[in-house]
Amino acid sequence: MKTIDLVNKNLAKRYRKEKLFRAYGLASIGFGLLCLVLLFSDIIGKGYKAFVQTNIQIEVNFDAGYLGITDTTNTEQMFAANFEGLVKKSLREMFLIKKRSDKRLAYSLVSTDSGYQLHDLLVANPAWLGTTKKVWLLADDDLDTYYKSVDNLNGAFTGRMQEQQLVWIKNLLDNDALQLQFNMNFFNLGDSTEPELAGIRAALMGSLFTLMVTMVLSFPVGVAAAIYLEEYAPRNRFTDIIEVNINNLAAVPSIIFGLLGAAIFLGFFGMHRSLPLVGGLVLTLMTLPTIIITSRAAIKAVPPSIREAAMSIGASKMQVVLHHVLPLAMPGMLTGAIIGLAQALGETAPLLLIGMVAFIVDIPSGVTDPATALPVQIYLWSDRPERSFAELTSAAIMVLLGVLIVMNALAVLLRKKLERRW
Amino acid sequence: MTNEIVYDATVGRPLLDDAKMSMRGVNVFYADKQAIHSVDLDIGKNQVIALIGPSGCGKSTFLRSLNRMNDTIDICRVEGHLMLEGQDIYDPKLDVVPLRARVGMVFQKPNPFPKSIYDNVAYGPRIHGLASRRIDLDEIVESSLQKAGLWNEVKDRLHAPGTGLSGGQQQRLCIARTIAVSPEVILMDEPCSALDPIATAKVEELIAELSQNITIAIVTHSMQQAARVSERTAYFHMGHLVEVNDTEKVFTNPEHPLTEAYITGRFG
Ligand SMILES: Nc1ncnc2c1ncn2[C@@H]1O[C@H](COP(=O)(O)OP(=O)(O)O)[C@@H](O)[C@H]1O
Ligand SMILES: [Mg+2]
Repeated sequence: MKTIDLVNKNLAKRYRKEKLFRAYGLASIGFGLLCLVLLFSDIIGKGYKAFVQTNIQIEVNFDAGYLGITDTTNTEQMFAANFEGLVKKSLREMFLIKKRSDKRLAYSLVSTDSGYQLHDLLVANPAWLGTTKKVWLLADDDLDTYYKSVDNLNGAFTGRMQEQQLVWIKNLLDNDALQLQFNMNFFNLGDSTEPELAGIRAALMGSLFTLMVTMVLSFPVGVAAAIYLEEYAPRNRFTDIIEVNINNLAAVPSIIFGLLGAAIFLGFFGMHRSLPLVGGLVLTLMTLPTIIITSRAAIKAVPPSIREAAMSIGASKMQVVLHHVLPLAMPGMLTGAIIGLAQALGETAPLLLIGMVAFIVDIPSGVTDPATALPVQIYLWSDRPERSFAELTSAAIMVLLGVLIVMNALAVLLRKKLERRW
Repeated sequence: MTNEIVYDATVGRPLLDDAKMSMRGVNVFYADKQAIHSVDLDIGKNQVIALIGPSGCGKSTFLRSLNRMNDTIDICRVEGHLMLEGQDIYDPKLDVVPLRARVGMVFQKPNPFPKSIYDNVAYGPRIHGLASRRIDLDEIVESSLQKAGLWNEVKDRLHAPGTGLSGGQQQRLCIARTIAVSPEVILMDEPCSALDPIATAKVEELIAELSQNITIAIVTHSMQQAARVSERTAYFHMGHLVEVNDTEKVFTNPEHPLTEAYITGRFG
């Protein structure tokens, strides 16, 4: 047999193997995509309804006498006015309530915050004083859950609803007095015990401030450490130990960093609990090994010929690093940093240990305001009994994933922009 | 058969009267392994010396010890006296930065910076502060590119990336980058081995021109090239400097049997 025949004979076998190899690859990718689709469809399916909220239409008589307001620009008068009473009065009139026990049932159909909503409406529309208007008020979360499930095949979810309330709701439905509106509160407010008043903003800002601290500290420190280890450190037992330990640190469970952070920053330095500053410091400890390792890899990937070129015309060590190595390694370093930060963004355990698990209503405005973080907020909400919080949990996960996607897109963009393709 | 030959002193004429660089008793080690064995050699001022020998014989190692590029290899250790115009270049007090400005180097694979052609050439003058004004720098860039025979080809695209040039142009750009800091010596490590014959011819021409006022040491595996460009030739064998003589003599009438074996192509 001639050589070429042998080759041809084997060729078929080689092609078969190659096909199989490709099939394995495709199957793996398919499996990965399937998991992703399942995850996303589950979360989006559960959470998308949290972006709208049930509102209830009520006829309100802005009786100047009842409210005791003569001038809507007078903040004192506006503040003193009993808007909450006005809401209750309107509800009583609307449902023609006579029994004392029905009152509480009627009041609980609207959000506890309805008085403020009326106040805000009157501030926005001063001309309404003394007139009767139909206004949309935020419904209570039980009604919200009911209304969102009203089209379900096996009946709406009634939960804690009482017989009498269902009758009223039927009435409201018949009069088109229930409506879904965009859930502004979710994006504007902090945490609340009332699902309809609970928002993601405090946690989002907390996460952003925390990440800011992490980035500002871990990137320069990590890059400097990588440069030192890669370019200056002698190769000896001592640096070997450092190297091994950095790699080990990257594998340490994050909760350990939380304990460490609690001991050092809270215990030793006496910093306050729940601060993004402390959270950022703890996450810096956690992110540093990742950044150092990826930065070193990026530095190693710079072709030695470039270093030699610079050195051979008399560039000093520092000039070689600053003018040549760093610019060429920067895209890789930034990618590593963003991956590290993305990890930090999703970290919960260490933040629990330094108290960023508090009930935060006020939006933090700096790194020294008590705050919580997105994943912690998710954790907190997932633990609450109200069904609406399950929805909010999924919605918060969507926000977290959204931020992650934005960060990763940023990493890709930065890399594209900085990469020298020549 | 060659293994049994005892390496005596270098034959030929390794020492000169008007040396630009003189090396005495040079040993180079990589960790415990000795790559260069007690080499004595002078490099004449404004001469071209070719270093030839079978691959792995230590040509690059020797060349790189002449501007201390070996310093960057942790395990590499150089012994002996290496003098540049009477100054010991391994003196611990000596700063390698000005040394490398005086003794430049061109590598086997063209290695322009991923910057523009202009910035490639201007880099050396910039870091050494050779030009205070923009026009002075422009002047240096232009004259360096002129000397490297590249000016006419690139003058309209000085701000295009240097890595976009052809291989031969890239190598001449690297030479321009080296001569921009006005070195006294240029070390070339197989500068043409990645180039086609036409580009090679251009670089060889350039070497001849530069050698009018620059001392050049060139490692080459092409004996024709050594014969074409150099005035003296040094033959290395397994870390030993076997023979040094005028190029013509080495190629027409080698004194040492190893040299003869090499140039007649019995090994290489
Ligand atoms: N960085 C290095 N580390 C260890 N050994 C080296 C290194 N560079 C070269 N050598 C060894 O030194 C000897 C000479 O190498 P080299 O100078 O590159 O030879 P040439 O340039 O003549 O081909 C070879 O045996 C080679 O294996
Ligand atoms: Mg070599």
